[in-house]
Amino acid sequence: MNRRRMLALLGLLPVAAVALPVLKSLSERGRPRRVRPAAGFHDEYFPNVVLRTHENRKVRLYDDLLRGKNVLIQFFRTDRRDGRSVAATENLLKLQKLLGDRCGRDAFLYSFSLAPERDTPARLRAHHQEHRVGPGWTFLTGSPRNLELCRLRFGFAPPARRPGRDRAEHSNIVLLGNEPHQRWMASAALTRPEVLLDQLNRVAGLKA
Amino acid sequence: MAGWKQRLAETARRNRVELVEAKLSRRDLFKLGLLTGSGFLVAKLGLSSRAGSKATVASPATTPWVEELPIPPVAHPCDVAQLGAAPSMDANLMAGEGARAAHQYWTPLDPAGTDFHLLENRVTRLRWHRELPTDDGWCFNGMFPGPRIHARAGRPVLLRVRNLLPTLDEHRGYGRPTTATHLHGGHTACESDGNPCELLEPGLWKDHLYWNARAGFTQPPSSPSRGGDRTPCTLGYHDHCLGFSAQNVYRGNAGVYHLFDEFDTGDENDLSPSAWRLPSGAFDVPLVLHDRVFDAQGKGYFDLFDLDGVVGDKLTVNGRIQPFMRVARRKYRFRLHNIGPSRSYDLCLSNDLAMVQVAQDGGFLPEPRAVKQLRLAVGQRTDVILDLSRVAHGAEFFLLDRPEPSGPANQLLQLRLDGALETNGDPSRVPDRFFDETPVDPALAVATRTFEFGRMDGAWSINGKPFDPNAMLATPVRGTAEIWTFVNTSSGWLRAVHSHLEGHRVLSRNGKVVAADESARADVLGLAPGESVRVLRQFRDFLGPYPTHGLDAVTGDQGLMFMWRVVT
Repeated sequence: MNRRRMLALLGLLPVAAVALPVLKSLSERGRPRRVRPAAGFHDEYFPNVVLRTHENRKVRLYDDLLRGKNVLIQFFRTDRRDGRSVAATENLLKLQKLLGDRCGRDAFLYSFSLAPERDTPARLRAHHQEHRVGPGWTFLTGSPRNLELCRLRFGFAPPARRPGRDRAEHSNIVLLGNEPHQRWMASAALTRPEVLLDQLNRVAGLKA
Repeated sequence: MAGWKQRLAETARRNRVELVEAKLSRRDLFKLGLLTGSGFLVAKLGLSSRAGSKATVASPATTPWVEELPIPPVAHPCDVAQLGAAPSMDANLMAGEGARAAHQYWTPLDPAGTDFHLLENRVTRLRWHRELPTDDGWCFNGMFPGPRIHARAGRPVLLRVRNLLPTLDEHRGYGRPTTATHLHGGHTACESDGNPCELLEPGLWKDHLYWNARAGFTQPPSSPSRGGDRTPCTLGYHDHCLGFSAQNVYRGNAGVYHLFDEFDTGDENDLSPSAWRLPSGAFDVPLVLHDRVFDAQGKGYFDLFDLDGVVGDKLTVNGRIQPFMRVARRKYRFRLHNIGPSRSYDLCLSNDLAMVQVAQDGGFLPEPRAVKQLRLAVGQRTDVILDLSRVAHGAEFFLLDRPEPSGPANQLLQLRLDGALETNGDPSRVPDRFFDETPVDPALAVATRTFEFGRMDGAWSINGKPFDPNAMLATPVRGTAEIWTFVNTSSGWLRAVHSHLEGHRVLSRNGKVVAADESARADVLGLAPGESVRVLRQFRDFLGPYPTHGLDAVTGDQGLMFMWRVVT
């Protein structure tokens, strides 16, 4: 956007201040919003929405997936045409191997679907099996609204979707988190697995 | 009362959503200055940027210009005995020093020729504004900014950092209490550099040895890689913990370090013929710029899930929100340093007074230049001289952040001219010229390398690969020079990169030769999206691993970094 256009838009602001709220109020109803928790990033921040695992188990985001855990969060596509998601899955498989039996015990890997309309639990299960994913790494789907809310809370989505920005916007990022300590950092999904393990250990507090 | 505020916030949020959907990015909004220091201008327009930047509430209101600007006191060196265990070449693990490589060029330090400083990194109650409750910070010697260290070229400083922060297990909330104290802009050996991958655990201490020598100091005087170099002037130390440096700096883990030499002597009365006599003492003022967000209780708030960068709606200078400063009718040297986390400033003065810029990112310009506006990205420093000798008694004017020349502005600092304040007769001077810059000689280079910074689906890459602390992307030989081309193919947030060990000289920007000012030595390189910049880099004196990285919360901590190693 050039400066002139921005300034022209700015000129419209007083008008917008009056007119837009009226126009927007209907379309925005029900749109998920960011929240700022007063007591840290725990249950007040993470919505306890219901999700479905690749095993078609019903789980709640906060109670079952996050509370008290060290986690790796990723948003992914099961669509094989998307080479990047496949590369990320293969990379995280190597991380899972490095974690060994710690995976599912003191670190949990979660892949949230970017296409929940299409990704049924059965479809996720097929994808899970196809890649020979071991225990401790859960694929997740659910209602599009709930998945959108998860995406928003983890920071993978802008507050309002802009035209031209698709859901994969931050899909190459993984979040590494230690929920009880509120220690979170971002890394790249394609980071060398040994480095990801090191970062996960640092977030978990197992390594200085 | 709450009703209209809520309605205003709601209007603001909706309008912001509309603007976002009109494809105005957040960067555009900040550029347009839709965010004032107090937050009120945008609120009036119904455009609270915080509403759009993912929070639903802005920081509590604070009254501007009621807090006096604190000036970080100059730290007095301590006696070597006060440090505890004597400094040693190898890390003194038995006495509680954290692991590090041996100090390079170690000879037992002459206590009479070395300044020893002890910095305790500890939990500190910070008061950003009298109308807010105290905030929990992690600060050096319990103050923010940390103590101002005055160092002198050629005289080493041994800085012992003692980490008294809570343990990893004890601490809850943003920040990571394992630290790596980096001297930003220093010519420092790897073991003292604050390498982001080498962290100091709570309970331990570490010695950082700063030679305060010009790059090339170990070369024979006849060597072509010696000479022509300058002493960096305005530096700062801050935490560099990998993945958490922005969070830790946001906790207050940053301080001020000024380096003087035979030209910039720090004495405006200096009769030595080499002395420039820039304003000194009380008239040489560090201004550390840092933007923050506060929650409804008035505690510092860091959004751990804002992958697009944390931008504060409270602008602080030297640890106070919108302070005032009483100034005398004379010349001042202001050393501006933006410590982030993400905001860039376009600085100017409300009374249209020219600022005479003398240094940028540690390096003096060949000659002073009068400017009306200065861009200051995260990590950047700029030194300006303000001549207030013709400002009327009682005049009040402001240091502003004005992104567009005719647009609205954020007010950072109020300056009140007090004609009764002592001027010391203002013996300070501003030379017409500081030095003749030696031409950059690309023929010095023995290798050329290209580093392309990209961002795909949110993740940074360097030459197509994510950050790997063990991968050395370059292994320059000590004492040599190389041409590095930095290319920014990301469309996003990257604005500048910073390399440790030594500054650079810009050869060309997007294929065009740059002006003398820009080719002066500096340690932060402006690199806008789409740009390609060739620089000459030298690798003198010290061996070991060093990083090159982005400087704000969205870049350096999210993997916009690569390591390189100087080898023999």
